[in-house]
Amino acid sequence: MIRCSFLVMLSGASEFTNSINKTHDMKGILKLAYKLLVTDAAKFTAMLVGISFAVFLMMFVTSMFSGVLKHASSTIINVGATVWVMDPAVNTVSNSIAMPDYVLDAVRSMQGVKYAVPLYSGGALVKLSDGNYQTVTVIGLDDTSLFGRPELIEGKIEDIYAEHGFIVVKDAEFTKLENPHMGSTFELNDNRGVIVGIAKVPTTGLYGIPTLYTTFERAIQYIPNPRYTTSYVLVEPKSASDIPQIEKQVEALGYRARTKEEFMQRTEHFFIYETGGGTNMLIMTLISFIVGLSLSGQTFYTFILENLERFGALKAIGAKSRELVGMILFQATFTAFTGYGLGVGLCTFLVWLAKRRLPSYAAMISYSNLAIALGMVVVIAAVSSYFGVRRVLRIEPFDIFRG
Amino acid sequence: MPNIAIQASGLVKWFGEGEAKTMALKQVSLEAQFGEMVYIVGPSGSGKTTLLSVLSGILRPNEGKVLVEGVDIWGLNSDQLADFRLGKIGFVFQDYHLFPRLTTAENAAIPLILKKKDWNESIDQAKKYLEIVGLKSRSDLPPVKLSGGEQQRVAIARALSGEPDILIMDEPTASLDGDTGQAILSFVQKNVLNKNRCIIVVTHDDRINEFATRILNMVDGKLSEAEGKPA
Repeated sequence: MIRCSFLVMLSGASEFTNSINKTHDMKGILKLAYKLLVTDAAKFTAMLVGISFAVFLMMFVTSMFSGVLKHASSTIINVGATVWVMDPAVNTVSNSIAMPDYVLDAVRSMQGVKYAVPLYSGGALVKLSDGNYQTVTVIGLDDTSLFGRPELIEGKIEDIYAEHGFIVVKDAEFTKLENPHMGSTFELNDNRGVIVGIAKVPTTGLYGIPTLYTTFERAIQYIPNPRYTTSYVLVEPKSASDIPQIEKQVEALGYRARTKEEFMQRTEHFFIYETGGGTNMLIMTLISFIVGLSLSGQTFYTFILENLERFGALKAIGAKSRELVGMILFQATFTAFTGYGLGVGLCTFLVWLAKRRLPSYAAMISYSNLAIALGMVVVIAAVSSYFGVRRVLRIEPFDIFRG
Repeated sequence: MPNIAIQASGLVKWFGEGEAKTMALKQVSLEAQFGEMVYIVGPSGSGKTTLLSVLSGILRPNEGKVLVEGVDIWGLNSDQLADFRLGKIGFVFQDYHLFPRLTTAENAAIPLILKKKDWNESIDQAKKYLEIVGLKSRSDLPPVKLSGGEQQRVAIARALSGEPDILIMDEPTASLDGDTGQAILSFVQKNVLNKNRCIIVVTHDDRINEFATRILNMVDGKLSEAEGKPA
């Protein structure tokens, strides 16, 4: 058995060495393919423009969407609770539906719950010193534990209990509150507010409005509310294995418990499938694909057709079919990956530029965006080269003699 | 090296089927020796190009046998045949089929590159053949910057760079004026033909007959020795 495995390994190694040798053997032929490609500057440029533009379009749309999805879940990420209890109709964290107080008590008494705290999340209007109003998101933390508090860069967390105490998040929207500092005062729904801390959070919000943190009690006191005031109940389970039974118990109560990841997925699902955003992204992706394929594919095919007789001459001289196929695949792949690099570079540059001008700009280039664009480019290269390869394989050297 | 370069017997080739069937070669037999420059002449459509393709391992005959240096080339598989053409046969096409955007040296180096030789080494070697055809100073120019006669010489340098035993020239003067055509064939006779090489030329240009060792007539798919000796 061991001997057999050893032989298989040896044969694998030998195949690998052969393939390396073959690649090495093809070096001159691939260089020939490269020269044929890049010296036809007009077509090479047209193909690069087609692929780069398609990649750029796709990357831009998908990165915008990724950014939107991430920012839409900013409160979930920033608060960081393991399990969120909410009304079943809640789609996104910013559209909370207040629950009666008994839900908090009921959850606290459930099996598997280590502790549970209320969270307030709502909007309010801040009157600025120039008399203008600015919408803000107010997060009300549990008075006892301050669970979900942000990391402070100035001030002390216990000052949140001080009279009119608020903590402001220093993010891209910070300037909209006239760059407040420690001790700055403002008016919030005719109540006085004082900045007692400046914080930073991992992710900024989607809607471009500043965020203030205060205690739960002060939040419901300052902001007019309907009968119920608890936006979410944040739960810390005793262990991860307790989560399923907590979810069941909450469901029996008529509410919904979601883990942090499930809540983020629900938010993403809402934006992808229930807002039309996903459809728009899909349409744009398809358009990018069609643009890339039609521009580059057609140009590449024309390039092959123009050189068809010369490929036939190479065949007559003694080039093997697989060497010609290798040349075409190399040309298609080289063009595709160069175009991909240019497209990604252009998109990254523009996102960087936009973020310099608009710090809250939502675009975010993720590995999945890169992978989707790469997949599209590979398909474009495969389709383009498929038709080229077919033509080259079909040409008979005899046709070259016949003219 | 045996003296017989090419020995073909009973070659039959037809195209199409049924009513559309056209006989291109009708029981053609041929023998060419090293040191010979054999012309195959005849009117258009007589089967000259078909015969050239069959002899050079490009077009499979329906019947008959082709021995090149004693090897039955139509008994080889497609890869072996490609290797055979690359190693033994040099082609000069009627329309040259040079890559317009490569330099003349790169064009001339193609057989060496296909033989998997190092790129720079291939270019250096190709330049030697460009020197033979008198174009070394133009080795860095693209073919489009050359005259028709010069392009033909690049095509010859390309064919020679593979150091073939057999050189196949298809209508080598078709795109050239009379003087240039004569100069090219004179050059081939003096500098390319030797006792270890056989050259087969398909032409219908009788102004270059003086350079042939032997002339064969092709009429309606049949081959016959031309009357009289070449001048």
